[in-house]
Amino acid sequence: MFSGWLTTIVFLPLAGAIIIALFVRGDKNVRWFAGIISLAELVLSIAVFAQYDLGAGADQFQLVDKIEDWIPVESFKVQYFLAIDGLSAPMVLLTGILGMVSVFASWSVKERLPEYFMWLLILQSAVMGVFTSMDFFLFFIFWELELIPMFFLISIWGSKPNREYSAMKFLIFTLLGSAFMLVGILVLFFSFDTFDMTLLPDAISRGGILLPASLVFTMIFIAFAVKLPIWPLHSWLPDAHTDAPTAASVMLAGVLLKMGAYGMLRISATMFPEVMAGIAWLLASVGVINILYGAAIVLRQTDLKRLIAFSSISHMGFVVLGLSAVVGVNGQVSTVGITGAALQMFTHGTITGLLFLLAGFIYERTHTRHIPHLGGLATRMPMLTGALVLAGLASLGLPSTSGFVSEIHVFLGVFPVWSWLTAVGAFGVVLTAGYILWMIQRAMFGPENQHLNNVSDATVMEMVPVAVMVAAIMVVGIYPAIIADVFTTGIQPIVDSLQIAVTANLQ
Amino acid sequence: MLSESLVWLILFAPLAAFVIIGFVIRPLMRLVIPVAAQEHGDDSTHSAHGRSILGGSAGILAIIAIGVAFVLSIVALFGSIDNHGDSPYIAHDWLTVGNLEFTIGILMDPLTTIMLVVVTSVSLLVQIYSVGYMSHEDDRGYARYYAYMSLFSASMIGLVLASNIVQLFAFWELVGLSSYLLIGFWFTRPSAVAAAKKAFIVTRIGDFGLLLGIMYLFFHQDAFTAAGLNSLDIVDIYTAVDAKIIAGGVATWIAAGIFAGAVGKSGQFPLHTWLPDAMEGPTPVSALIHAATMVAAGVFLVARFFPVFEASETMMNVIILIGGFTALFAATMGLVATDIKRVLAYSTVSQLGYMMLALGVGAYSVAIFHLFTHAFFKALLFLGSGSVNHASGTFDMRYMGGLRKVMPITYASFVIGGISLAGILPFAGGWSKDEVLTAAWNGAGAIPAIGFWMALLAAGMTGFYIFRAIILTFHGDFRKGADAEGIEDTHGAEVHLKESPIAMVFPLILLSIAAVGIGFVVNPLFDLGIVPQHWFGHFLGQGPVHVEIEDFNVVLAPIAMLVSISGIVLAFLMYQTKVVSAEQLGARFKPVYILLVRKYYFDELYEDIIVRRFFYGGVARTLDWIDGSIINNIGKFIGWLGANVGTALRQLQTGQTQEYGAAISIGILTIVGLYLWFL
Repeated sequence: MFSGWLTTIVFLPLAGAIIIALFVRGDKNVRWFAGIISLAELVLSIAVFAQYDLGAGADQFQLVDKIEDWIPVESFKVQYFLAIDGLSAPMVLLTGILGMVSVFASWSVKERLPEYFMWLLILQSAVMGVFTSMDFFLFFIFWELELIPMFFLISIWGSKPNREYSAMKFLIFTLLGSAFMLVGILVLFFSFDTFDMTLLPDAISRGGILLPASLVFTMIFIAFAVKLPIWPLHSWLPDAHTDAPTAASVMLAGVLLKMGAYGMLRISATMFPEVMAGIAWLLASVGVINILYGAAIVLRQTDLKRLIAFSSISHMGFVVLGLSAVVGVNGQVSTVGITGAALQMFTHGTITGLLFLLAGFIYERTHTRHIPHLGGLATRMPMLTGALVLAGLASLGLPSTSGFVSEIHVFLGVFPVWSWLTAVGAFGVVLTAGYILWMIQRAMFGPENQHLNNVSDATVMEMVPVAVMVAAIMVVGIYPAIIADVFTTGIQPIVDSLQIAVTANLQ
Repeated sequence: MLSESLVWLILFAPLAAFVIIGFVIRPLMRLVIPVAAQEHGDDSTHSAHGRSILGGSAGILAIIAIGVAFVLSIVALFGSIDNHGDSPYIAHDWLTVGNLEFTIGILMDPLTTIMLVVVTSVSLLVQIYSVGYMSHEDDRGYARYYAYMSLFSASMIGLVLASNIVQLFAFWELVGLSSYLLIGFWFTRPSAVAAAKKAFIVTRIGDFGLLLGIMYLFFHQDAFTAAGLNSLDIVDIYTAVDAKIIAGGVATWIAAGIFAGAVGKSGQFPLHTWLPDAMEGPTPVSALIHAATMVAAGVFLVARFFPVFEASETMMNVIILIGGFTALFAATMGLVATDIKRVLAYSTVSQLGYMMLALGVGAYSVAIFHLFTHAFFKALLFLGSGSVNHASGTFDMRYMGGLRKVMPITYASFVIGGISLAGILPFAGGWSKDEVLTAAWNGAGAIPAIGFWMALLAAGMTGFYIFRAIILTFHGDFRKGADAEGIEDTHGAEVHLKESPIAMVFPLILLSIAAVGIGFVVNPLFDLGIVPQHWFGHFLGQGPVHVEIEDFNVVLAPIAMLVSISGIVLAFLMYQTKVVSAEQLGARFKPVYILLVRKYYFDELYEDIIVRRFFYGGVARTLDWIDGSIINNIGKFIGWLGANVGTALRQLQTGQTQEYGAAISIGILTIVGLYLWFL
């Protein structure tokens, strides 16, 4: 089977990067070439998303690209296996959107331009690969590949003086996590003689794993927990987000964090439903900690990007809280909470991506991210202010934006399972309103700031990515079925296997 | 009955106005206005006469849209009367995930139709008034104002139409958003931005409760499913209460959550602090949002889920106490306020307390009746205060006075509104307030009695504070207005001692007529032409709630009126004839006076102690420190450990062949030794 769609979408940016490195000369040409590649990638991702068949009789895995004996060593069979299901299709779309946004957000980058766009495109290929790989070894290759461009993007184009430190911190934290994951992957291979992620869940459920399942689960889970990040493994995130260039922050917050959440659903919950259900209490607890701890710390931040970074920790807590619904209530596992977690992956990607994008634009104009030095910008930059208000409102979960849709699913889905924890976590909606509106008040409103008299509003070129993100936020907010219906087809099989595990536990 | 698409048009007409003004007209202005401003050599202010076609079209469009909504609402009201209050519309699927079914639909019961009429009529009049009031704004601000007004109207209409609690919650939050945008309309004023933020956050604390209520409701979805119901559908919730699926403690908790939302939106104690500050917005906004409609949304919310509340005696008692206490508590703060809009704001909080009290004693139709009359006379009073501001350039009553000579229509209408608010028969407010007091009086037990006495005391204060405001504003001599020394709140406004333009006076006249007659006309004591006796109560009784019509209490009504009148007389004695000295009274009871002026120190308690010191300076600061100093350093420590272990181990790698050789020899000898030992 080889439909070619996913191979194209994964390798197009990489090919673009190689062409930039070898053939394209002149900053303007590089910029436009990268722009066209990213637009093509966006169109492709929309096409892939649109092709995903929701029908009742449709295959679970679609648009399959498979070469079974890709690495034909008898004792180490790695397949080239790309496919999408309901879980990955929206993530492919998200990556397409944010990839395009990050390229267009980099229009004003001047330093070492070809190299910059090269890394940005490679990053996009790697993330696409993570979301479409159905072979665990291939998945791991893409998972690791993503680190390299991000490392260079932060350490070369990041903000001084801490960019090297932040880049290294990001790299070490993530590598440490994935080292464990590699061991876990190898244990699975030597137990079942396959890396195929579509076959492993069945194989594991039949038994015969070489090490205790909970140990293997933990090794793999740590990698995802660092990436997501779950408290207290989050300390790489504020540094990396703050020092990364705008486009890298957008990608980091928008899609890279989602790789952790995606992994928890695709691998932890699907392959180890019993263990996952067993730690549901822990997920609920750290989810609530993430939400409230992150939100409380946000209030103390005075750096615009650091503020958004901590808000990411808070919002990713909703994903973890949503996942804690895996244990079900009264022996019945419901899709609502897990769908909420998946929706939150998508919505947080667009909302926080937009916030970082706008923070970058504001920084370019004012040359400061220190919020007390901002203020009174609304009259000078009405469009950027409008966009920031909208992104902020989406972040605090205002209905008609996508933020509301995912939060209400998490709340309604998890409350029957973990009532008290959810009720406590729901107080996050008040704290979020507090820090978002306070941030907007200090940064944009108030009397005009004499030091910032010459700042201008966004250019048309800059409004393009903003408009795309706003559209993504509003469309999902007003008609969430467009994403939610796809997610539920991907989550239903996970819920079914969880249901078996939970039922077995009860007996 | 209206076809469904026409009902949706009530919502979409103002929504479309918002979209067109916000995304077509304003962007067009960005292209046009800079050029025009250069030609005229100024870019700051345009007078009403200098308004461009684009700017003017924004106002006209918004007014036409709300006009269409108003006409359709009237048609819907008559349709509902013909239809005996049954809602014929079927909900549409919006999103289904697992056992969670979100639907979107229209619930057109008597409550909805009455709310629609209130919202669209007041909104229409306020938007006409705004043509005059906002004439000092430049075109961009003017268009932005009408865009927000349209968004607010659409949100409010969406709220009352909703047939599903999540749909309702969505519009509920959008109402909060529009309020945020309108309070913070003058976003260069720090106080306006702070007030907008405060309004949003304080109401969101209530919304947190509402959210918990919805969660707890959905918690019982399995029981609903067993009965073929959807726990999020409002009509199904009524059915579930009838079927005792929601009863006892469950009803109490759900009702408590819903009531928390209502407390936030309606500015009830203890979440009342945002409403007086919200007066930072333009005055027509205060009239529409913080008097007639949005704040009444809390009362509407309790009315909407009234069957759930009726299932819980505990919650009904809580509502009586909160409502009665708020009515009194807010009135006391109104006694000493010097800003005319703040007097009206406290009055609004107090009147909303009356409505809650009525709901608490089970007088569903009475609460809505008071909401109905209050919307008109309070909008009138607020618009009157805006008219006064146009003339004097201030809202501070200490610098007003004597305005009755220069603005007779404003004066007359303000007095009518004041009499209506004070609850003097036969003005509209008199009828509805009497019914509230009667209902509380008739309630059984100690708690309704407590509510009654608090409300009666508040009635006396109401008469006092509103006539104090009338006398300070309109009687005596003019005290220089915005030109006075030491005045703070003028924002560059000037004194123009003349009656306001026709666009502002016309709505005042219409609202005055309503403030006089609408109480008796819609709920008459006897058959009145086409309006049958107690029509309002009977009409509401066709909804899901059983309505007991209580007879006019011939003893209570004169007593209540006497209490109000004694308040009015006291105001005259203190401020008109000055027989009683306000200064001496203030000095005599100085601690009480200061307590009232400082609003019982609630702002200090909430903002300084709880938010700033406890949360920001305590909890958040500690966590921030833990994050930076401990959690962050664990990573660093591991890194340090790795580096130092590496340094230590590096000592072994000397590069000298002799040492390696010695080590290898020792290793081999050890292995051989162990091998021989175990052999």
